[in-house]
Amino acid sequence: MQIAYYPGCTMKASARQHEDAALAVLGALGVELREMDEWNCCGVVHSLTSDNLIRHMAPVRVFARLREQGADEVATLCDMCFNTLGRANLLAQRHPEQIAAISATSGDDLSYDGGADVLHLLQVLRDRVGFAKIRARVRRPLRGLSVYPYYGCKLLRPAEVGIDDPETPAVLRDLMLALGATVVEGSLQTQCCGAYHVVNRDEVVTQRVSATTEQARAGGAEAIVLSCPLCHYNFDALQPQSGAQMPIFYYTQLMGIAFGLDPDQLGLEEQQIALLPLLERHNLVHAPTPGD
Amino acid sequence: MTITMRAGGEADELLRKVETLSGQNLAGCYQCGTCAASCPLRGSMDLGPDAIIRHLRFGLPDVLDRQSFWVCVGCDGCVERCPRDIDIARIMGALRQISIQENGDHLVVAQLPAAALRKLPPIALVASMRRNTG
Amino acid sequence: MTMTEQAPMISMELMGKHYSVPSGLTIMAAIEYAGYKLVRGAGCRGGFCGACPTLYRRDDSHRIFTALACQTLVEDGMCLVQMPFVPLMTKPYELQTITPQPNTLLQHFPEIAGCVACNTCTRSCPQGLHVMDYIQAALRGDVERAAMLSFDCISCGICSSRCPADIKHYAVGLLARRIYGKFGTPLAPDLSARVAELVAGHYQGALDELVAMSPAELRARYEQRSFEAVADGGETHSATKSYNSPVDPVDFQDEIEV
Repeated sequence: MQIAYYPGCTMKASARQHEDAALAVLGALGVELREMDEWNCCGVVHSLTSDNLIRHMAPVRVFARLREQGADEVATLCDMCFNTLGRANLLAQRHPEQIAAISATSGDDLSYDGGADVLHLLQVLRDRVGFAKIRARVRRPLRGLSVYPYYGCKLLRPAEVGIDDPETPAVLRDLMLALGATVVEGSLQTQCCGAYHVVNRDEVVTQRVSATTEQARAGGAEAIVLSCPLCHYNFDALQPQSGAQMPIFYYTQLMGIAFGLDPDQLGLEEQQIALLPLLERHNLVHAPTPGD
Repeated sequence: MTITMRAGGEADELLRKVETLSGQNLAGCYQCGTCAASCPLRGSMDLGPDAIIRHLRFGLPDVLDRQSFWVCVGCDGCVERCPRDIDIARIMGALRQISIQENGDHLVVAQLPAAALRKLPPIALVASMRRNTG
Repeated sequence: MTMTEQAPMISMELMGKHYSVPSGLTIMAAIEYAGYKLVRGAGCRGGFCGACPTLYRRDDSHRIFTALACQTLVEDGMCLVQMPFVPLMTKPYELQTITPQPNTLLQHFPEIAGCVACNTCTRSCPQGLHVMDYIQAALRGDVERAAMLSFDCISCGICSSRCPADIKHYAVGLLARRIYGKFGTPLAPDLSARVAELVAGHYQGALDELVAMSPAELRARYEQRSFEAVADGGETHSATKSYNSPVDPVDFQDEIEV
């Protein structure tokens, strides 16, 4: 299976371990992501006001370039990119006149009719590959590892672009169960982490991160598993320094562990909060299984 | 202190702008408070989202001096739950845009501490600039 | 047409005043023909130095067009202004102390996070560079791509004057090329040997000889200079031969009979 791939900037910066792990895991599942030849930042957030069209230009340009490169479907790992692209796509479908206006301010070099699709990698794994196939690929079940799936906002809301039920999502839980992990759930799984307030209002983020990690810990979780690179940055960088810090995994890293892939492919040492002690405690990392 | 409230008649200019920019009809809000109860950042706001709508509807002063619409990141938790299908995130977005147009950027990214700039990933800076600058 | 014939006159508008100038001139030559003496906004007159960015309009479009005044012919009805400088400030950096990280360019130029991908910079670049793409590469920490795509930048600054996000594109590209040059490219093996020869005074005699020459002797020597043979045995490479054709303007008086 081949799918065009839009990485988004942060997959090339602070979330490289997520991309590395995803490519390794997808290789094991026979899925090939082909990175777009040329792409630009999607803008991260959807422009919310009716007259601020210039800020739709970036995601629309991503779709226009996708089409120029001969694809009509693109996968992304980033929740923010997924959401922004998805909402821009709806705009293009519902308001072609706005796309025409955007194009006119860009020297008429933008053409896009809303006819392409954006997929989150979790959709590819759930709906194309299937969790049964993923379960069958597991070589080293995450037995005994207790994780708290954290969804945040952009994977789920607004519902018109979300990939799962906005109130009771299951995709990360089902994926973790397929890997053999124990899942701890709680009311804060779908609540915002404070997002870009890490730039200049980080006390907001610290408060959200503390509340969520406390809930996870109270439920018996040893780690948080998530998808969004902004959530990951916040949870990894802004947990209180005092007391135990909870390791933060991308779901692709845990898939790689469960698949028995070489830990070197999974960027396990690229977070601030160490992952290896927990994995070692559960005997989940040692030499790669022969044949993998 | 005397506060003048408008009921009917000439629509307040700020209300009119917010409704136009957000595409939302604020009169649809019946003040159930679900948005405020759903908001994970309500504790950092100086006025809940329901109260922001009420202040706008009544033409109460100094709405643009509030912090609430800067605190809102548009997580859409309230939008998903609003029984009146009001997109509160867009109302907050409209207030941010009006404030930026009247008072300038809310964030000067070049003035962030060097230590922060060394660490922050593009996803955080791009999002913050999109929400806090014109 | 030969230069001795009188070229038909065309009309241009320079900073709000109308002038009648011969057709076939570069914008720079036309400005000088109109009586201006360029003390800023003119440099190499060969399209390399970036000192002569020009903004102009035509009556068949609502758009602002951009050009280098020394590289673009004046057109009838052009309304133009010279923009010799675009204000630029960067925080000082010391290349020796930089350890490249994915966000190094973003750290020094955080305003690139404001790029809306409008492509105005690319459309305005007189060098035809993919400016927006190199800013986007810089945003995601792809220093090599940012360096390569910006390689032919001459720092004229037109992109930065047109950017709705106030990005200092050419300074971003410059830092990308500096980082790439220091950390991304292999050291040239011949360079240190040549530097050692220079330091040892190997070429001192030849240099003294050149310094003592008259301008006429220097010119003759320049005309006779030879170039290293190219690897595939094709034509010898000459940077000046490829770019500086004999008809390149040096002064408007070289172009027309006054």
